[in-house]
Formats: sequence, structure tokens, C-alpha cells
Amino acid sequence: MSALRLPQWALPALGAVLVAMAALSDWRLAAILAAWFGAWGVNALMAGTGRSGAVPFVVPFIFGATLLGLWEMVVRLYEISPIILPAPSAIWAEMRASTGILWADFQQTILKGALSGYAIGCGAAFLMALAVDRSGFLQRGLLPVGNFIAALPIVGTAPIFVMWFGFGWQSKAAVVVAMVFFPMLVNCVQGLKASDAMQRDLMRTYSASYTQTLLKLRLPTALPFIFNGLKICTTLALIGAIVAEFFGSPTVGMGFRIKIEMGRLAMDMVWAEIAVAALAGSGFYGLVVLIERRLTFWHPSQRRG
Amino acid sequence: MTEAAAPVMYGPKSAARWVGRVSGAVLPILTVVAAIIAVWYGAAVGMNRAWTLDQMERRGLEMSAIQIMADAMNQDRPVLPTPHQVFGELWNTTMGEPLMRERRGELQGNPRNLIFHAYHTLAPTLMGFAIGAALGVLLAVGIVHNRAMDMSVMPWAIASQTIPILAIAPIIVVVVSNLPVLNAAVDNGVISEEMKLLIPKALISSYLSFFPVVVGMVAGLRSPRAMDLDLMRTWSASRGQTFWKLRLPASVPFLFTSLKVSIAAALVGTIVAELPTGARFGLGARLLTGSYYGQTIQIWSALFMAAICAAALVVILGAVEKAVLRRMGARP
Repeated sequence: MSALRLPQWALPALGAVLVAMAALSDWRLAAILAAWFGAWGVNALMAGTGRSGAVPFVVPFIFGATLLGLWEMVVRLYEISPIILPAPSAIWAEMRASTGILWADFQQTILKGALSGYAIGCGAAFLMALAVDRSGFLQRGLLPVGNFIAALPIVGTAPIFVMWFGFGWQSKAAVVVAMVFFPMLVNCVQGLKASDAMQRDLMRTYSASYTQTLLKLRLPTALPFIFNGLKICTTLALIGAIVAEFFGSPTVGMGFRIKIEMGRLAMDMVWAEIAVAALAGSGFYGLVVLIERRLTFWHPSQRRG
Repeated sequence: MTEAAAPVMYGPKSAARWVGRVSGAVLPILTVVAAIIAVWYGAAVGMNRAWTLDQMERRGLEMSAIQIMADAMNQDRPVLPTPHQVFGELWNTTMGEPLMRERRGELQGNPRNLIFHAYHTLAPTLMGFAIGAALGVLLAVGIVHNRAMDMSVMPWAIASQTIPILAIAPIIVVVVSNLPVLNAAVDNGVISEEMKLLIPKALISSYLSFFPVVVGMVAGLRSPRAMDLDLMRTWSASRGQTFWKLRLPASVPFLFTSLKVSIAAALVGTIVAELPTGARFGLGARLLTGSYYGQTIQIWSALFMAAICAAALVVILGAVEKAVLRRMGARP
């Protein structure tokens, strides 16, 4: 793979030269660059040892920790005002200090708004896909229209739903339903079409009923598509629930808190909410991926080489 | 034989093909669209009727069912505006208003015109899309060629998308507009003040649009089969040659598919960026003022304008894709 034909020491040397040049003008920049190249070197060495054992987890961890470390260094060394950008340590302190508020906001926005909307929207889209699937005519009509609607900025319906369903979590769930419905529908309809004509013929020669064909052939082959839709929808659900709170909410919720604390310039609280949202989003996504691995272990994309 | 030799332009064969195409693709789509419009009218009557009935009772009027229906379809501030109201408003605010107007002796854009707002949303969208697409392609090239980058960047690229963008939109606006580099650039006349206001919105939309490009391009650059890569090796092609002559051409169909997703995401990003930042112009600002003053027809027309913009951008990219693929010798 070393077709670039650079000697082994070329890249580290380049890094060292950059650090030295930076040191001549600004020692702080040199320190930041040195930390970056050092961590990158460790990562490159680790990645060079292959994909076995803990390496696939350690490498991204080091990368993330490096980014956080650089952020902290930039804020401290250049004495950036906490109103513009608080340091990760300050955000962490704020998260520890106001766990109660964060937990209440998390319950309101993620558990009530996003998750209920996600479940209703994805469930309804799945049932709709099953219904549409029986008619080729409807499929041909719905796929282009659904693809078109899935590309629209549905987030914009948030003010309308807040007007209709009030300030409570119900309006947030409604926005989430509208956002996840079409991406999920399109993926489900495509997935249900994914089985080969040959395989369906085989089921017919076994004189399998519609339900049997569905359960034993078509749903399993649709699973990769369905999970693709579910994964896309996790992010959409969080965005929808938080955006909707900007148009009106009770005095609790992540979007509400971000809006209020922004106005008070309490940026460490804003970033604490963002950290919670990012953790919740990654956790939610990770959970769907884990379920996908358990259910579609047979699919080529899940094979580990 | 003689019949088959000449291409029949309007003969029965092409007519049959045309009919086949209509019944195969157009008719189902029209049916679904008609069904959506019918449901929409039904829902509008159902949701707006309460107000009409209320008014009727207060004024002691007698109205027939048809009159009630007609009134429910034509209210000033309906709960759900009907399609003809929305499209009427769209027409009035695009064609019925002058695009420019005179103000303080200067010719300026007219904020009553929806095209003016669409322009203020599209400019940062296109800028953000350009930044996002370029960044996405660069990251993908790095990921494919450098194993350390592959292992460290990809998980964080996924994690970055789970951060709800709206949450960081106000912060990005504050941080970016206070960047010393940017202020210096404005002072030295490198960029205009207007450009500076555009940059935060563009950055937010690029944040949403880089991800689909990374995913699509990584898949595309890895799409050449092992056999093709081996062939390049037997020709002792360098990494650069393999990239330019095999990987990059093979990735083009993937690139365009992800660009279409990405430009739609960029538009969502710009609209969302306008919401919490108090933007005065733009489709997002229009949504926000509409929701403050209960102008439902204005909200819906802004929403449809955004939809039209998204559709137009995707269609343009589709046309570019077709042209590029044809130049590259793909079968039409």
C-alpha cells in the first residue's frame, strides 16, 4: 500500500518542521500543533497494527479525546471569553451541577416528544408500506411522491403543529411524526420489493400464503432497508423535537432551555444541553445499530472481514 | 421490412409507448397527488368548520351546508389553509409584487416578495452546499487512503450528525460573527458586510450537507472491484493514477446520489439556521413571523416556496448528473 513512496520519517518530520515554525511566532500555536501531531502519530501507529482487538475502539476514542483536549487548550491559552466558547471542563462542571434540570429537559424532549413521535411515525409508515405494497399501482405513484416529500424541509411545519396541538409534548411528537413518516415509508416500500422474483416464485411453489411469504421471505429481506430508514429517522426525530420547542413550549425542554439560556448568555448551560443531546442522539443511533446487527447478521454489509 | 426501416415518429408504436409511459408512471403519481389534495381539502373543511359555525351562531345566521363548506375553504386565518388559498398567496407574493422597490432613494429588494426571501435563503444554501460538498469529498479521499483517518474520523462524522443542528445554530452565529479573522477581512474589504452575515448560515447548512457526501463518496471510491484494482496494480499504476483513472470515475454515480440528498439537507440547514438567529429575511424568517402573527397562509406559502426551491435544486442536480454521466459514456 506504500505506493506514495514517501520515506517513513517524512510525515513526522513535516509535523516537527511545522511545530518549529509555529514556535518562532507563537508558542501557544506550537503547543496546540504539537499536541495534535503527537496524538495523530499515536493513532497512525495504532491503526497500522490492524483492526483486531480493541484498536477499532481505541483509535476513535483517542481522536475524540484529542479534539476535546485541543478545544480546552485553545480556550485556555488564548483566554477566550466563556460567553463565546466555554471550555469542555466548564461544560462538564455545569452538567454535574445541574443534573436535575438536564434530566427534566431530557424527559420532556427526548422521552416524551421525540421517542413517542418516532414510534408512532415509523410504525404508521411501516403499516402504510404494508398496505401500499399490495398494489403495484399505488407503489409506483407513492415512491416518487414520497421521495419528493422526504427531501422537503418538513421542519418548517413545526410552527403549524405547535398552533394545532398546543405547547405540550404532543405538538413535538406530531412534528416528529411528520418528519420521519416519508423517509421511513420510502425505505419500507423499497425493502418490501427487495426479494428476488425467483425467491418469491419458490415460495409460491411451496404454496405459501401471503402472510407466510411476508414473514419468512419479504420482511427478512426488507430488514436492511427498514433499519436504514430507522437510523436516518433517529437524527430527524431529535432535530424535530428540539426545533419545535423554539415555536412554543412549556417551561421545560431542551429547545426551550437552549433558547432561554442563550438569551442570558449562559453558554456553559447551552453547551451542556448540546452535550446531552449529542449523547442521547449517539446512544439512540447506537441502539438501533446494535438491534440491526442482531437481526441482519446475514447481510453482506454486516460481515466483519 | 420497409415499414420497420424508417423510424416511426408518431406511429401506433410510439403512441402505444407513450400510453404505456403515462399509465406506468404518470397516472399513479397523479392519482397519489390527487388523493393528497382531496385529503387536504377534507381536512381543511373539517378543521376550519368550527370557526364558521361559531361565527354563524354569534351572528344568528342561517347557512346551508354548502355555504358552510365554502366559508370554511376561504377564511382569512384558517387553521388549515386550502390548496387554492396557498397557491393564490404564492402567486400574489411572487408575481403580484414588484421584485425591487425604492426606499430612501435606493433601489432595494422588496420584502413583500417571496422570491426576495427565497433568494436570501438560497444564497447561503448554495454556499453551504459548496463548502459541505468540498469538505465531504476531501474527507472521503482521506478516509479511503489513510487507515488512521478511516478509523478515527468515521465514527465522529456519524456522531456529529446526532447533534441537533438547531441547538448549535445560535452559537455558531455568535462565534463566527466574532471571529477576529472575519472582522479583519471585512475591515480590509476582502469580503463585504453582507457576505459576513451569510457565512454563519452557510456554515450551518454545510454542517448538515457534508455528511451524506462523505458516506456516498467513501462507498463510491471503494466501489471498484478487487479485480479492477489488481489490474491497475499489474500496470504498476501509482496511487494517484489509480485514484484519477479508476476510483474517481467509479465514484461519480455515488457522488451525484449523495449530492442530491446533501443539497436538500443544506436547504433545511439554512431554514433552521434562520429560526433562532432572528434573521429578518429568508424563508425561515417568513415562517417565524407567520407563526408570531397567526398568518397561517403565509406559513404555508413559505413552506411551499421552500419545497419548490428544494425540488428545483434536486432537478438541476439531476440534469447535471445526466449530462456528466453521458459525457463519461454511461448508457442513457
